[in-house]
Amino acid sequence: MEEQWRMQTEENPNFAVIDNYLCIRMPKEVDHHGAAAIRENADRLLLNEQVRNIVFDFENTSFMDSSGIGIIIGRYRKISSLGGRVYAIHADERIQRILKASGMSSIIEVLL
Amino acid sequence: MMRREAKGMKEEMKLEFDAISENEGLARVVIAAFLTRLDPTLEQLQDVKTAVSEAVTNAVIHGYEEKGGKIRMSAVLEKGELKLTIEDEGVGIEDISKAMQPLFTTKPEGERSGMGFSFMEAFMDRVEVESSPGNGTTVHMCKSFQENILSQSKLLSGQV
Repeated sequence: MEEQWRMQTEENPNFAVIDNYLCIRMPKEVDHHGAAAIRENADRLLLNEQVRNIVFDFENTSFMDSSGIGIIIGRYRKISSLGGRVYAIHADERIQRILKASGMSSIIEVLL
Repeated sequence: MMRREAKGMKEEMKLEFDAISENEGLARVVIAAFLTRLDPTLEQLQDVKTAVSEAVTNAVIHGYEEKGGKIRMSAVLEKGELKLTIEDEGVGIEDISKAMQPLFTTKPEGERSGMGFSFMEAFMDRVEVESSPGNGTTVHMCKSFQENILSQSKLLSGQV
Protein backbone atom coordinates (compact mmCIF):
# COMPACT_ATOMS: atom_id res chain seq x y z
CA MET A 1 0.00 0.00 0.00
CA GLU A 2 2.82 2.43 0.90
CA GLU A 3 4.30 1.89 -2.54
CA GLN A 4 1.03 2.83 -4.12
CA TRP A 5 0.64 5.97 -2.07
CA ARG A 6 3.61 7.33 -4.05
CA MET A 7 1.22 7.64 -6.97
CA GLN A 8 -0.56 10.29 -4.97
CA THR A 9 -1.63 13.57 -6.48
CA GLU A 10 0.91 16.35 -6.38
CA GLU A 11 -1.35 18.82 -4.61
CA ASN A 12 -2.26 16.62 -1.70
CA PRO A 13 -0.42 13.56 -0.41
CA ASN A 14 -3.55 12.23 1.29
CA PHE A 15 -5.37 11.55 -1.95
CA ALA A 16 -4.41 8.87 -4.43
CA VAL A 17 -6.06 7.31 -7.48
CA ILE A 18 -5.16 3.63 -7.69
CA ASP A 19 -6.79 1.82 -10.64
CA ASN A 20 -10.35 3.12 -10.49
CA TYR A 21 -10.30 3.61 -6.73
CA LEU A 22 -10.00 7.04 -5.13
CA CYS A 23 -8.21 6.49 -1.82
CA ILE A 24 -8.57 9.20 0.79
CA ARG A 25 -6.35 9.12 3.85
CA MET A 26 -8.49 10.77 6.51
CA PRO A 27 -6.82 13.16 8.99
CA LYS A 28 -6.23 12.55 12.71
CA GLU A 29 -9.39 14.46 13.59
CA VAL A 30 -12.33 14.60 11.18
CA ASP A 31 -14.55 17.56 12.01
CA HIS A 32 -16.33 20.48 10.33
CA HIS A 33 -13.10 22.50 10.30
CA GLY A 34 -11.32 20.16 7.89
CA ALA A 35 -14.36 18.82 6.04
CA ALA A 36 -14.54 21.36 3.20
CA ALA A 37 -10.95 20.71 2.09
CA ILE A 38 -11.53 16.94 1.99
CA ARG A 39 -14.76 17.38 -0.01
CA GLU A 40 -13.20 19.78 -2.51
CA ASN A 41 -10.14 17.61 -3.12
CA ALA A 42 -12.22 14.47 -3.46
CA ASP A 43 -14.73 16.03 -5.82
CA ARG A 44 -12.04 17.48 -8.08
CA LEU A 45 -10.51 14.02 -8.47
CA LEU A 46 -13.93 12.42 -9.02
CA LEU A 47 -14.47 14.90 -11.85
CA ASN A 48 -11.05 14.67 -13.49
CA GLU A 49 -9.96 11.07 -12.98
CA GLN A 50 -11.35 7.68 -13.94
CA VAL A 51 -12.76 6.88 -10.51
CA ARG A 52 -15.46 4.35 -9.86
CA ASN A 53 -15.04 3.50 -6.18
CA ILE A 54 -13.92 5.39 -3.08
CA VAL A 55 -11.89 4.13 -0.14
CA PHE A 56 -11.81 6.13 3.10
CA ASP A 57 -8.72 5.12 5.06
CA PHE A 58 -9.07 5.78 8.81
CA GLU A 59 -5.63 4.48 9.77
CA ASN A 60 -4.56 7.85 11.24
CA THR A 61 -7.99 8.88 12.54
CA SER A 62 -8.75 8.91 16.24
CA PHE A 63 -11.69 11.33 16.23
CA MET A 64 -14.66 11.82 13.93
CA ASP A 65 -17.94 13.64 14.49
CA SER A 66 -21.03 13.89 12.25
CA SER A 67 -19.13 16.13 9.81
CA GLY A 68 -17.32 12.96 8.71
CA ILE A 69 -20.65 11.30 8.07
CA GLY A 70 -21.59 14.27 5.86
CA ILE A 71 -18.39 13.77 3.83
CA ILE A 72 -19.11 10.06 3.35
CA ILE A 73 -22.81 10.49 2.46
CA GLY A 74 -21.99 13.23 -0.06
CA ARG A 75 -19.39 11.09 -1.86
CA TYR A 76 -21.63 8.02 -1.63
CA ARG A 77 -24.41 9.93 -3.44
CA LYS A 78 -22.05 10.93 -6.24
CA ILE A 79 -20.60 7.50 -6.81
CA SER A 80 -23.43 5.08 -6.05
CA SER A 81 -25.65 6.42 -8.86
CA LEU A 82 -22.91 5.29 -11.27
CA GLY A 83 -22.69 1.85 -9.69
CA GLY A 84 -19.56 2.56 -7.64
CA ARG A 85 -18.97 1.48 -4.07
CA VAL A 86 -17.66 3.17 -0.94
CA TYR A 87 -15.33 1.44 1.50
CA ALA A 88 -14.03 2.33 4.96
CA ILE A 89 -10.76 0.69 5.99
CA HIS A 90 -8.63 0.66 9.15
CA ALA A 91 -11.47 2.10 11.25
CA ASP A 92 -10.79 1.66 14.97
CA GLU A 93 -13.51 0.70 17.44
CA ARG A 94 -14.61 4.29 17.93
CA ILE A 95 -14.88 5.10 14.22
CA GLN A 96 -16.75 1.83 13.67
CA ARG A 97 -19.19 2.86 16.40
CA ILE A 98 -19.74 6.24 14.70
CA LEU A 99 -20.28 4.55 11.32
CA LYS A 100 -22.77 2.17 12.88
CA ALA A 101 -24.66 4.79 14.95
CA SER A 102 -25.17 6.89 11.82
CA GLY A 103 -26.40 3.99 9.67
CA MET A 104 -23.36 4.34 7.39
CA SER A 105 -22.34 0.73 7.88
CA SER A 106 -25.46 -0.39 6.00
CA ILE A 107 -24.66 1.56 2.81
CA ILE A 108 -20.88 1.34 2.70
CA GLU A 109 -18.49 -1.58 3.15
CA VAL A 110 -16.61 -1.39 6.45
CA LEU A 111 -13.54 -3.61 6.05
CA LEU A 112 -11.59 -4.60 9.12
CA MET B 1 -5.60 15.07 49.31
CA MET B 2 -9.21 14.57 48.33
CA ARG B 3 -10.58 16.60 45.50
CA ARG B 4 -13.30 19.15 46.17
CA GLU B 5 -15.75 17.13 44.12
CA ALA B 6 -15.09 14.00 46.18
CA LYS B 7 -16.02 16.00 49.28
CA GLY B 8 -19.36 16.90 47.73
CA MET B 9 -18.36 20.35 46.54
CA LYS B 10 -18.72 21.23 42.91
CA GLU B 11 -15.91 21.86 40.45
CA GLU B 12 -16.50 24.23 37.61
CA MET B 13 -14.95 25.78 34.51
CA LYS B 14 -16.05 28.34 31.95
CA LEU B 15 -14.60 29.20 28.57
CA GLU B 16 -15.56 31.81 26.00
CA PHE B 17 -14.19 31.65 22.47
CA ASP B 18 -14.81 32.89 18.93
CA ALA B 19 -17.32 30.95 16.84
CA ILE B 20 -14.82 29.89 14.18
CA SER B 21 -14.19 26.35 13.01
CA GLU B 22 -10.61 26.33 14.37
CA ASN B 23 -12.08 26.44 17.87
CA GLU B 24 -14.08 23.20 17.46
CA GLY B 25 -10.83 21.37 18.22
CA LEU B 26 -10.00 23.78 21.06
CA ALA B 27 -13.33 23.06 22.77
CA ARG B 28 -12.68 19.30 22.51
CA VAL B 29 -9.19 19.62 24.00
CA VAL B 30 -10.40 21.80 26.88
CA ILE B 31 -13.26 19.51 27.89
CA ALA B 32 -10.97 16.47 27.68
CA ALA B 33 -8.44 18.20 29.96
CA PHE B 34 -11.17 19.14 32.44
CA LEU B 35 -12.34 15.51 32.61
CA THR B 36 -8.85 14.08 33.23
CA ARG B 37 -9.41 14.39 37.03
CA LEU B 38 -12.10 11.70 36.75
CA ASP B 39 -9.66 9.25 35.18
CA PRO B 40 -12.17 8.67 32.36
CA THR B 41 -12.10 5.71 30.00
CA LEU B 42 -11.18 6.41 26.39
CA GLU B 43 -14.80 5.77 25.47
CA GLN B 44 -16.16 8.27 28.02
CA LEU B 45 -13.69 10.89 26.77
CA GLN B 46 -14.61 10.29 23.13
CA ASP B 47 -18.33 10.43 23.95
CA VAL B 48 -18.04 13.85 25.58
CA LYS B 49 -15.62 15.18 22.95
CA THR B 50 -18.01 14.13 20.18
CA ALA B 51 -21.01 15.76 21.89
CA VAL B 52 -19.03 19.00 22.45
CA SER B 53 -17.84 18.98 18.85
CA GLU B 54 -21.42 18.64 17.58
CA ALA B 55 -22.79 21.43 19.77
CA VAL B 56 -19.94 23.85 18.99
CA THR B 57 -20.14 23.08 15.26
CA ASN B 58 -23.90 23.78 15.35
CA ALA B 59 -23.21 27.17 16.95
CA VAL B 60 -20.55 28.01 14.32
CA ILE B 61 -22.60 26.91 11.31
CA HIS B 62 -26.22 27.44 12.30
CA GLY B 63 -26.19 29.82 15.27
CA TYR B 64 -23.82 32.33 13.71
CA GLU B 65 -24.13 31.16 10.07
CA GLU B 66 -20.30 31.14 9.83
CA LYS B 67 -20.15 34.91 10.37
CA GLY B 68 -18.57 34.61 13.81
CA GLY B 69 -19.67 35.53 17.32
CA LYS B 70 -18.96 34.21 20.78
CA ILE B 71 -19.56 30.72 22.16
CA ARG B 72 -19.54 29.99 25.87
CA MET B 73 -18.87 26.52 27.17
CA SER B 74 -19.22 25.67 30.83
CA ALA B 75 -18.79 22.40 32.68
CA VAL B 76 -19.79 21.54 36.24
CA LEU B 77 -18.90 18.36 38.11
CA GLU B 78 -21.21 17.72 41.01
CA LYS B 79 -22.24 14.50 42.73
CA GLY B 80 -20.61 12.39 40.06
CA GLU B 81 -22.40 14.10 37.22
CA LEU B 82 -20.99 16.23 34.43
CA LYS B 83 -23.25 19.10 33.42
CA LEU B 84 -22.16 20.72 30.19
CA THR B 85 -23.58 23.88 28.69
CA ILE B 86 -22.80 25.28 25.25
CA GLU B 87 -24.32 28.63 24.53
CA ASP B 88 -24.43 31.05 21.60
CA GLU B 89 -26.15 34.35 20.90
CA GLY B 90 -26.91 33.49 17.31
CA VAL B 91 -30.09 33.28 15.24
CA GLY B 92 -31.73 30.63 17.40
CA ILE B 93 -33.92 27.70 16.38
CA GLU B 94 -37.55 28.04 15.37
CA ASP B 95 -38.64 24.42 15.77
CA ILE B 96 -36.41 22.61 18.27
CA SER B 97 -38.04 19.18 17.98
CA LYS B 98 -37.69 19.32 14.19
CA ALA B 99 -34.04 20.39 14.49
CA MET B 100 -33.40 17.40 16.74
CA GLN B 101 -34.86 14.85 14.33
CA PRO B 102 -32.23 12.50 12.88
CA LEU B 103 -31.15 13.48 9.35
CA PHE B 104 -32.95 16.83 9.49
CA THR B 105 -30.72 19.64 8.29
CA THR B 106 -31.29 23.17 7.03
CA LYS B 107 -27.96 23.01 5.21
CA PRO B 108 -27.90 19.96 2.92
CA GLU B 109 -25.87 21.98 0.38
CA GLY B 110 -23.08 22.18 2.95
CA GLU B 111 -23.36 18.40 3.23
CA ARG B 112 -24.35 18.44 6.84
CA SER B 113 -25.51 14.96 7.79
CA GLY B 114 -28.32 16.05 10.12
CA MET B 115 -26.85 13.76 12.77
CA GLY B 116 -25.55 16.42 15.18
CA PHE B 117 -28.25 16.24 17.85
CA SER B 118 -28.58 12.45 17.36
CA PHE B 119 -24.89 12.08 18.22
CA MET B 120 -25.26 14.33 21.28
CA GLU B 121 -28.18 12.17 22.45
CA ALA B 122 -26.35 8.93 21.65
CA PHE B 123 -23.21 9.83 23.58
CA MET B 124 -24.60 11.77 26.56
CA ASP B 125 -27.23 10.72 29.12
CA ARG B 126 -29.46 13.78 28.65
CA VAL B 127 -29.69 16.61 26.14
CA GLU B 128 -31.93 19.67 26.47
CA VAL B 129 -32.10 22.60 24.11
CA GLU B 130 -33.30 26.11 24.92
CA SER B 131 -33.74 28.37 21.93
CA SER B 132 -36.02 30.76 20.10
CA PRO B 133 -35.52 32.84 16.95
CA GLY B 134 -33.30 35.83 17.63
CA ASN B 135 -32.40 34.73 21.15
CA GLY B 136 -29.52 32.35 20.63
CA THR B 137 -29.29 28.69 21.60
CA THR B 138 -28.25 26.95 24.80
CA VAL B 139 -27.57 23.21 24.79
CA HIS B 140 -27.49 21.47 28.19
CA MET B 141 -26.00 17.98 28.34
CA CYS B 142 -25.43 15.64 31.27
CA LYS B 143 -23.41 12.48 31.73
CA SER B 144 -22.91 10.39 34.83
CA PHE B 145 -19.37 9.69 36.06
CA GLN B 146 -20.59 8.10 39.29
CA GLU B 147 -18.58 4.93 38.74
CA ASN B 148 -15.36 6.89 38.24
CA ILE B 149 -15.96 8.75 41.52
CA LEU B 150 -16.71 5.49 43.35
CA SER B 151 -13.56 3.75 42.17
CA GLN B 152 -11.50 6.84 43.04
CA SER B 153 -12.84 7.00 46.60
CA LYS B 154 -12.24 3.25 47.03
CA LEU B 155 -8.66 3.78 45.94
CA LEU B 156 -8.26 6.63 48.42
CA SER B 157 -9.70 4.67 51.33
CA GLY B 158 -7.54 1.66 50.54
CA GLN B 159 -10.42 -0.65 49.65
CA VAL B 160 -8.81 -1.69 46.40
